[in-house]
Amino acid sequence: MSLPSSTTPRSKARKAVDDPPDSPQSVGWTDAQTLRIVPADEPISLEKGGSIGPIDVEFETYGKLSPAKDNAVLICHALSGDAHVAGWDRHAEKAGRGYRLKHPGWWDTVIGPGKAIDTNRFFVICSNCLGSCYGTTGPASVNPATGKPYGLSFPVVTVGDWVRVQALLLDKLGIDRLHAVIGGSLGGQQALEWALAYPDRVGRSMVFAASPRLSAQGIAFNAVGRQAVISDPNFRNGDYYDHTPPNHGLGVARMMAHITYLSEEGMHAKFGRRLRDQTKVISPLGGEFEVESYLDYQGRSFVERFDANSYLYITWAMNHYDAAARWGGGDLVAACGRIRSRVLVVSFSSDWLYPPKECEQFAVAMCRASKPVSYTDVHSEYGHDSFLVETEPVSHLLASVLDGGTR
Amino acid sequence: MNTPGGEKLLRQVLQQMDPALQQISATELASILSDSKDLAAGHQIPAPRRWEDPIIQSLIPAGATVLDVGCGDGELLAQLLARQVRGQGIELDQSAVFKCVARGVPVLQIDVDRGLREFADGSFDYVVLEETLQTVRHPVELLQEMLRVGHRGIVSFPNFGFWKVRVDLLLRGRMPVTQELPWRWYDTPNIHLLCLQDFLDWVQQHKVNVVQAHVFAAGKVRPMQDGDTLYAEQCLLMVER
Repeated sequence: MSLPSSTTPRSKARKAVDDPPDSPQSVGWTDAQTLRIVPADEPISLEKGGSIGPIDVEFETYGKLSPAKDNAVLICHALSGDAHVAGWDRHAEKAGRGYRLKHPGWWDTVIGPGKAIDTNRFFVICSNCLGSCYGTTGPASVNPATGKPYGLSFPVVTVGDWVRVQALLLDKLGIDRLHAVIGGSLGGQQALEWALAYPDRVGRSMVFAASPRLSAQGIAFNAVGRQAVISDPNFRNGDYYDHTPPNHGLGVARMMAHITYLSEEGMHAKFGRRLRDQTKVISPLGGEFEVESYLDYQGRSFVERFDANSYLYITWAMNHYDAAARWGGGDLVAACGRIRSRVLVVSFSSDWLYPPKECEQFAVAMCRASKPVSYTDVHSEYGHDSFLVETEPVSHLLASVLDGGTR
Repeated sequence: MNTPGGEKLLRQVLQQMDPALQQISATELASILSDSKDLAAGHQIPAPRRWEDPIIQSLIPAGATVLDVGCGDGELLAQLLARQVRGQGIELDQSAVFKCVARGVPVLQIDVDRGLREFADGSFDYVVLEETLQTVRHPVELLQEMLRVGHRGIVSFPNFGFWKVRVDLLLRGRMPVTQELPWRWYDTPNIHLLCLQDFLDWVQQHKVNVVQAHVFAAGKVRPMQDGDTLYAEQCLLMVER
């Protein structure tokens, strides 16, 4: 048994400077692609009933697919994420995604030439999930049957459906087997679902800050955000595309969600009780604290880039995902019996959306199913966001598993 | 302790422990009696780092399943995995866990003080506690867990009953610092030091069989023999119900 060591990986804040597009460490300018995965005349049926077609999927790829097609790495995005996981969107302005001009893709810190997910070696794929609003078919898409946006007539979609659509995309790309599937948060649940649904198509599964199902507390957090959207008078039962969208409700939902992405200690370190403006007139309406204005900003900037209906569909999928129910008749150990990939589970000590105790359950079930598994709880004060922020330990773990064998 | 007659007194004490110890040379006795040195600075040859690994390798056949509790950097498991053993490690220290992941050793970062409840009865052929037992909060519970989860248990630990440790405590009245146990009382990870005899008592009380036993003594590894409660510096025992 080793002694506690001073070399234990410790918190390192997000890189102060993003890699610019001309950096040798950046994948550079990116061009998203869109493929029709499901044709209009051959809709696919969905896990919770109903069917959908056509399905268009927006995705990005970096690096080169090897002639043997054995170096593909799939990245799964979280609730508000998109296919733009690395580099700089060449078409940001034209596509009305001006917010992308400020920052590279959401996991640029770990994807690029020479980075943990090395695009000199791996062919990296990230696709926008079904029901989202970043180029893949979702409630804001036009229903060809009516000529109008789906709104709430869009069928309910699940994590299982997302993974199936990703598998169909890989079929189109001619990729039979993935070197690895990687995801954090809701993306981690997709990585887990991949291991269960397609055990023979995955070599390595890396699940960051995610558990086999969301806790009651997680569902409760979502309930507040969902209620804020639904009760906004502009929501109009999801049929708001010709009107002002329910921005207020969606903004409040984002504020709530942001609290769950941080931690008590992280918020204290970042904001404390600091006031934004000492001279502000005293008012019961408040808003004096820095943490308030931060959340307000998060809420307001989110509505510029996200669709309220997509928020409802995706949080619904998040609430209802249950790996044990889906693959083991309620028994997670039985479900794990299916898995054939090498599995890494990573939690973060201050995460209260997917707490370490919940994440650990998957690793424990793997053990009880007599499957080898690695699990680590990274010490961090950055809460749920740690998987995006703790670049040093996360990079180490990613590179280690990508390099290693699949035993 | 360089009191007149000290040497004579010590020879009598050693003879009480084992008449064979009467044969100890005057130089060695003088070295022990010298107040300026502790045992760590003595002439003793320390056990090679991870001296147990080759023995454990020889005890575990290819194709077996192994749970290494307190697996450290995963050195033992990495060797075992190369021999088609299905291995799983448990380790609390994060930097060690990261090294395991880097060398492809499956490892669970959990605290063994809560038991091995993650693992089903009889789910491993062997459960290994290499230099782990004396570091845990509930050692007896862990031994029971070891034999619940594994068909056989392999346990190694430093023998606090080694005669030089006994003499050191007797003469100096402080927690001994040796090459095997180089820590002071306040910084040692070993919170439940035990003697070989203590372990053998536990074995007897719980109707556990010792299948094999090895010790490190006087600079070499050899099978355990009578009197090793006094002469073993380190010991390794394979046990089963």
